[in-house]
Amino acid sequence: MLKRIVKGCGFYGVLSLFIMFSAVPFYIMLITMFKRNHDLLDPNNNPFIFNEPPTLQHLDLLLHQTQYPVFLLNTLLVGVLVVLITVLLALPAAYSLARLAGGWGEMVGVGIFLTYLVPPTLLFIPLSRIVADLGLQNSLWALVLIYPTFTVPFCTWLLMGFFKSIPRDIEEQALIDGCSRLGAFFRILLPISVPGIITVIVFAFTLVVNEYIYALAFIQESGRKTIGIGLTTELIRGDVFYWGALMGGALLASIPVAILYTIFLDRIISGLNMGTGRQ
Amino acid sequence: MRQGHLFHSDRLTALALLVPVVTYIVAFIGFPFVMSFVYSISDATIGDPHFSIIGMRNFREMLQDEAFRTSLANTFIFTFVSIGLVVVLAHILAELLIREFPGKWIARFLLMLPWTAPIALGAIGFLWFMDSVYSPFDWLLRKAGLLGHPGDLFGPMSNLYWLARPGLAMASVILVHVWRLLPLATVILIAGLNSIPREIVEAAQIDGAGYFRRLFHITLPLLFPVIGVTILFSVFFTFTDMTVVWILTKGGPPPHATQVLASLAFLKTIQGGDLAQGAAVALFFFPVLAGIAAIVLRLVKKAVVV
Amino acid sequence: MANVRFTGLKKHFGPVRAVDGVDLEIADGEFLVLLGPSGSGKTTLMRLCAGLDEPTAGSIFIDGELVNDVAPRKRGIAMVFQSYALYPHKTVFKNIAFPLSVEGLPRNEILSKVEWAANLLGIGHLLERMPSRISGGERQRVAIARALVRRPRVLLMDEPLSNLDAKVRHTARDELKKFQREIGVTTIYVTHDQVEAMGLGDRIAVMNDGCIRQIGSPDEIYQEPSDTFVAGFVGIPPMNFMEESGVLTGFRPETFLPARLVDDHERRIFRFRIERVEHLGSYNLVYGKVGEALLIANLSVRHEVREGTEEDFAVRLTDLRYYDRATGRRIPP
Repeated sequence: MLKRIVKGCGFYGVLSLFIMFSAVPFYIMLITMFKRNHDLLDPNNNPFIFNEPPTLQHLDLLLHQTQYPVFLLNTLLVGVLVVLITVLLALPAAYSLARLAGGWGEMVGVGIFLTYLVPPTLLFIPLSRIVADLGLQNSLWALVLIYPTFTVPFCTWLLMGFFKSIPRDIEEQALIDGCSRLGAFFRILLPISVPGIITVIVFAFTLVVNEYIYALAFIQESGRKTIGIGLTTELIRGDVFYWGALMGGALLASIPVAILYTIFLDRIISGLNMGTGRQ
Repeated sequence: MRQGHLFHSDRLTALALLVPVVTYIVAFIGFPFVMSFVYSISDATIGDPHFSIIGMRNFREMLQDEAFRTSLANTFIFTFVSIGLVVVLAHILAELLIREFPGKWIARFLLMLPWTAPIALGAIGFLWFMDSVYSPFDWLLRKAGLLGHPGDLFGPMSNLYWLARPGLAMASVILVHVWRLLPLATVILIAGLNSIPREIVEAAQIDGAGYFRRLFHITLPLLFPVIGVTILFSVFFTFTDMTVVWILTKGGPPPHATQVLASLAFLKTIQGGDLAQGAAVALFFFPVLAGIAAIVLRLVKKAVVV
Repeated sequence: MANVRFTGLKKHFGPVRAVDGVDLEIADGEFLVLLGPSGSGKTTLMRLCAGLDEPTAGSIFIDGELVNDVAPRKRGIAMVFQSYALYPHKTVFKNIAFPLSVEGLPRNEILSKVEWAANLLGIGHLLERMPSRISGGERQRVAIARALVRRPRVLLMDEPLSNLDAKVRHTARDELKKFQREIGVTTIYVTHDQVEAMGLGDRIAVMNDGCIRQIGSPDEIYQEPSDTFVAGFVGIPPMNFMEESGVLTGFRPETFLPARLVDDHERRIFRFRIERVEHLGSYNLVYGKVGEALLIANLSVRHEVREGTEEDFAVRLTDLRYYDRATGRRIPP
């Protein structure tokens, strides 16, 4: 009996340590964004609780006196467009590789996946030249054009896995029942794949919001910035940190993405495994 | 009845559907990739559309540049220390998380936050956490009497200066990397643990194997490919990352205490305007990436056979 | 309604010869079973007929029309897969209606045809359910209803009963044969289960290694197998064989009886050492040896034999079959 209590304590004890390790920075961000500056900027005050009543002034600053809403909008815009392009590119490719291409399909699929290994921290160099040459410097279109380079390989791989998990029987049945290949794709395969496609959409979107270096390299004008780069440049002016607004801005943008990602996390991981044929 | 040419069109259709993706990848990944090699042996700059090939001069200059040598060393140090910590911690956390317990979904959400939250935003949180004046962790240490007075465990100064002292700054960057990667590694490991057929574990139990014997003789060997994948992904994300470094320290404290290849390349290219030097720096990723690609290919081949 | 003809049909997958020269003619309205072990080529042959795979050589005719280059949907065929391949995101009604809606038929026509097919298969009450909510047997009927709703020229079925519970299989078999007769559609049926084949087929084509070994009625296949493969594959337990100077003498277990029960003067007697008796309820299987050959006798429970004894057993001469040991082919009587 005692052993069980000790085991239980040990289990929950270690678990709590991990949870604190992961979540405390966010907790701090949460508290900080509502703390009065007078409370916040006193190093002797307890940073984990409200020593003075909470305030909305940082939120007010964030939403009304900075470009934060613009950043959010920009990120959303780029996200939607990039997801669209990604799906349009990846969907037919994934279908081709999963169903039509036979033996060489597997290899091409792996090849596409491997292009993911060419990192943005290398590619940004020639790409910044290309962006400048195309006259897209400072434009969100540069991001829309370039971001699919890291969403498409992964998403093609994911979709390939999802398509492969649908039995061939069902499509062949559709071919016999009167559909052309295209018809079978749209009337049968696509509706069944909707959960997989939604997973891919969510995943691509999180990749977009996470992006930092391309945005930093290509966009200088503050009105065109995305969330990742906008916060540090707008709310850190020289040596002055607008801590409350900074934390608030970071947290507000993190939470929806985190919630979405968590919901689909299992699907994404199993989708990656499916692509390799391992379960 | 009209003939429908089914079979020839299948192959053609397959190729036609691949054209958009392949075109895009060649244009925006393949071509730039080649260009980065060209730039590295040239004198190209962002401003000037023309450039000439100058051979290996960039590489020679780099190898003598102290900033570069430090960056190279840092990149490896950060990566391998982070990976080592992550693999060990992820194993422990994975063992905890495969059990059922009340409130598991909340625990999971909180544990996943470092990964599911966008990287730049999480790093911003650490700016405050590691601030030289306001760090909450420093406050805790002061309150516990471990900091702030002569003879205290962590020193007489009132703050630890996480990001301002070279050694501690490196540790801070590593900490943030570990913090971020732990959830991903854990999830991959859990998937791997769950994929071990129950019968094998049960057979081992019937055969009389205790926990540690099962761990070393059954679980770990079967998990080997999954651990390999985890390490691969983690290496990839850490080795080529510049976001964490840039947000926390921008490569400082001066001169280059936490500089990594990626941030150095960024400095030289975007702030220095020197495409050639930047490319030369960033190309040092290539051997590591080629190595990863080779290992990934072998793993995938093995997986298909199994 | 149509007849089907294969001439010189071959399908090679690289070095693998899945179908290696098949000539077959199936009459209009006939129920033909393709019987064989896995890997014999029977499913590949059916897929060639359906147009899901392209032949390496040879021709396929449906109703006299060469269909080699014709897409599956234009061949006038219907197919039932072993997994039933029901569309998981559509109701039973929509599943059955699918071929009709692809054709673009008007709504009321679709309605009446689906109702006809559903009633024929006795699933009219399931029309609004989703495939995941009905039993295996019901799913099979939905698949068949969907196949029949277009009144196809040829019906192809790939082991449609193998996923059913053993108990349900008998009734399913019975119903299948009954309404095939009623509708009269030319049917090609693939199975590895020889009991099923014997019960269902008008004719059976026994296949192995991509070739047809023998075609005939169930009785012909059973009584006059043309080679040792067919003789060994059809019949449970398989035919007994004894080797005697390059010739295999074969006889079915139920023809191998205690000599006292075989009063025909034209008979052959064997000294049978009985080793083991299996009591299977309605009959007994007696395992034993003649010389070094392991043989099995199928005896009615009325006749008692004891393990460990030796007894004279006999086979009527007319029940003996002779096969060449080297080629396996039947030596004519």
